[in-house]
Amino acid sequence: MANSEKSKIKNHGSNEEKYIWRFEPFLSFLHILVILSFLSLAITGMTIKFAGVGIFQTASKLMGGYEVTGYIHRLAAIITFVYFILHIGYLIKKVTKQNRTFKHMLSGENSMVPNKRDWKEFIGTIKWFFGKGKRPNYGRWTYWEKFDYFAVFWGVAVIGSSGLILWFPEFFTFLGLPGWFINVASIVHSDEALLATGFIFTIHFFNTHFRPDKFPMDNVIFTGRVPLEEFKKDRPREYQILIENNKLEERIAPPPPEWLVKFAKYFGFTALSIGLIIVIMIIYAMIFLYK
Amino acid sequence: MTNCSKNLLLPILLLLLTIQAMAQTDECMMCHGDRSLSYERNNKLVSLFVDENKFAKSVHADLDCSDCHMDFDAEDIPHRAGDNIYKVDCATCHYDYAEEYHESLHGQALAQGKFLAPDCTTCHGKHDILPHTNEKSKTYVMNIPDLCGTCHKEGTRVSALRTISQRHILENYKESIHGDGLFRRGLIVTAVCTSCHFSHNILPHENPKSSINRNNIASTCMQCHTQIEKVHTKVIRGELWEQQPHVIPACIDCHQPHQVRRVFYDQKYDDAKCMSCHSNKDLYKEVNGEKVSLYVDTNDLAHSVHKDNTCIKCHTNVSHFSNPICKESGKVDCSICHASQVEEWQLSQHSIELVNGNVDAPYCNDCHGTHKVQKKTDRTSPTFARNIPDLCGKCHNIGGPGKSILEDEFGIVKDYSQSIHGSLLESGLTVTATCVDCHSAHRELPEKNPLSTVHKDNVGETCAKCHLGIYEQFTNSIHSPLITQTDKELPGCQDCHQAHTIKRTDKDDFRAEIIDQCGRCHEDVTDTYFDTLHGKVSKLGSIGAAKCYDCHGSHNILPTYIVGSTLHRENIVETCASCHPNSNRKFVGYLTHATHHDKDKYPFLYYTFWFMTILLSVTFLFFGTHTLLWLPRGLAERRKAKLEKKNNSTGNPVNGK
Repeated sequence: MANSEKSKIKNHGSNEEKYIWRFEPFLSFLHILVILSFLSLAITGMTIKFAGVGIFQTASKLMGGYEVTGYIHRLAAIITFVYFILHIGYLIKKVTKQNRTFKHMLSGENSMVPNKRDWKEFIGTIKWFFGKGKRPNYGRWTYWEKFDYFAVFWGVAVIGSSGLILWFPEFFTFLGLPGWFINVASIVHSDEALLATGFIFTIHFFNTHFRPDKFPMDNVIFTGRVPLEEFKKDRPREYQILIENNKLEERIAPPPPEWLVKFAKYFGFTALSIGLIIVIMIIYAMIFLYK
Repeated sequence: MTNCSKNLLLPILLLLLTIQAMAQTDECMMCHGDRSLSYERNNKLVSLFVDENKFAKSVHADLDCSDCHMDFDAEDIPHRAGDNIYKVDCATCHYDYAEEYHESLHGQALAQGKFLAPDCTTCHGKHDILPHTNEKSKTYVMNIPDLCGTCHKEGTRVSALRTISQRHILENYKESIHGDGLFRRGLIVTAVCTSCHFSHNILPHENPKSSINRNNIASTCMQCHTQIEKVHTKVIRGELWEQQPHVIPACIDCHQPHQVRRVFYDQKYDDAKCMSCHSNKDLYKEVNGEKVSLYVDTNDLAHSVHKDNTCIKCHTNVSHFSNPICKESGKVDCSICHASQVEEWQLSQHSIELVNGNVDAPYCNDCHGTHKVQKKTDRTSPTFARNIPDLCGKCHNIGGPGKSILEDEFGIVKDYSQSIHGSLLESGLTVTATCVDCHSAHRELPEKNPLSTVHKDNVGETCAKCHLGIYEQFTNSIHSPLITQTDKELPGCQDCHQAHTIKRTDKDDFRAEIIDQCGRCHEDVTDTYFDTLHGKVSKLGSIGAAKCYDCHGSHNILPTYIVGSTLHRENIVETCASCHPNSNRKFVGYLTHATHHDKDKYPFLYYTFWFMTILLSVTFLFFGTHTLLWLPRGLAERRKAKLEKKNNSTGNPVNGK
């Protein structure tokens, strides 16, 4: 909807549309790393999890066989560790360089940490689903966005650590880890990955891209900006606070350059399609072949 | 001397004992004449019945019971007055025969406690002993082959002991000139078993005292063939047999024991006589309207292995009563000289087919050729190792008259040529296995036949002809029937190594297929193998990932708790290290066949799995519901917004533009 509106605007050659900054380019870059590594990890990892399923065997062959997918998987794992570290660095920089207190980061208005208001908004959202109330006045981060954020945090930690055990089993057992823990690690790694892929490719995709008011894609993560009208509607509380603090002007952004929109479109749709294909393959494998 | 004393002693004994005997025997028979009389000895019910009629007709009819059953106390029942009550010692009277017997093969075996060894009663009977001149006696000359044959024929427990190198003794004997004389002509002076081996002092031929020892055989044969030196003068200086038996062939060198056959004396017919006709290239006969050439290339014959044979040595049925003398002389019978090979062949499927009228089934000359026959070591011979696959392939390729096993579309010979054995043969290694090495040269039988060299029970021995070391490992492994007693079928060589497409074990396709082979029996562990990393990667086509035998070993597989096992505590770190160089004691604790479905065996995995499953289910259930509720609301909002926009655009066309 928002997208089609925008394109209509563009088609009419209007440059007057006002945009609001939502993500700085660094965060867009991080998300591109996430997308690239996550898709690679998902498809290469699933070929092993569902090694007995024909389509995954074919997929493995298409990618160059189990050895190549192994290298891809490990390379993507390194990218994952890189963006994880970059993100931690980004947070540290925020605390140290931008004079934001750690407390502010944990409990401020724009904090990622869930709080009481998120609970209220969740209740409000459920009511809204049933038509028993208005849509809550969401702020900068909604509760499902906070969940997504921490899901990645948790996921990288769990899948990453278990993955390292599977990557270097001789080393970890040399340190004293019992042999059966490799088995445990492989179950954790594989099932947590199933959770992550399943969640991202269905819930995250819907909440962010496929929900009726964003369908078929919200490209904000690539362009970093939202049309003002959409912003007002989506995050009324954040808008309100910006108005109250007279900071709206600071956040006004020029419309995204055309190349960026194009990139967002092609890259985004490609990623979404791959994700959807993977999740369909997983569902097929789970229903028909998994014991 | 011994004969003399025996002759005197027996009548005296008999006389002394006869008077008392009659009365006492009647007394014994009061009880022992009852058919139901029995006694339990060593948990076995032993009949104590004595057939009075038979006893009365026996050679011992005049003796009293206690003459043989000594140390006997009539009053004490059971009659256990002395040690000898149960066992009768024939040596009391027949001490000279007994002495011979004790020195004999049979007596020695019995003394060693071998329960299959015969004693006096085995051959002579008990109360029913008849004189050997009586036709009903077991020891009557006509009955001797059957008597000895009760033990010395194929399939008996004695034959299973394989202490005698001769095979099919009884059958061979019946076919021999001696057996022929006995059974077909009723000639009771012909040689039977005891004529050559003697009756009581039977000894193995290695024993210098044996009647069939090389040095004694001539005199044994000369019991009957007294003029043997004279009739053998053309062949040999016969008198040497007695004087220096070691310098000349023994009788048995030409006349196989048990297979003594007629010898064809060929001096009367000259080859030139034959060749006067058969050197004509146009010579032919008509068989079913077809011309069959009768031309014989003397050059072929001159270079063949039979170059020293005269024509009639093979073409035996020539006769002066025919004209020409060779008319209707029939097929050559190679068994005249190659008896054992032909006998083998007669057991083969080829022979069975031929007898059943299959004209395509091969006879000797179909493989060996006729006049051109060569030794199998001759490179031009069709039976030379390198030529064998083509020879068999003549019939056994797809479309050929022989049975072609359709392993794939290429046919046996092509398959074979690509196998490890075949490719080695093609590279010129003549000691590799060809068709005949596995299927035997003459006694080919289908694998289903228990006599077949490739039958599952025999294939191990067959492969062991070359792969002895591996076979020895295998016979000590868990898969060997010597180690594992089970009703289930144990695997043999052929279960992992296909017959004609046999592969190098280090090649990819062998490694990829082995899991299926093991999995045919070890289904559960194969399933769990595929649940773990080695198996999963294998399913994706990994050749390098550990396969069954990389860990368990191949021919030397043993249960992990046995010290020799590759997976025994002592060896497992090293076994894993062959792929994982940094393998350590804890590392090998990785469960290569783990499943998270077994709560008792792998509780950690079980609970981890269920924790993860519940985590997944709860998350998806929660957000799934969230999404499903969101969707209709989102659609409704969108419809509302559209409607509003429509209203706005009609009411206020400037808005949004």
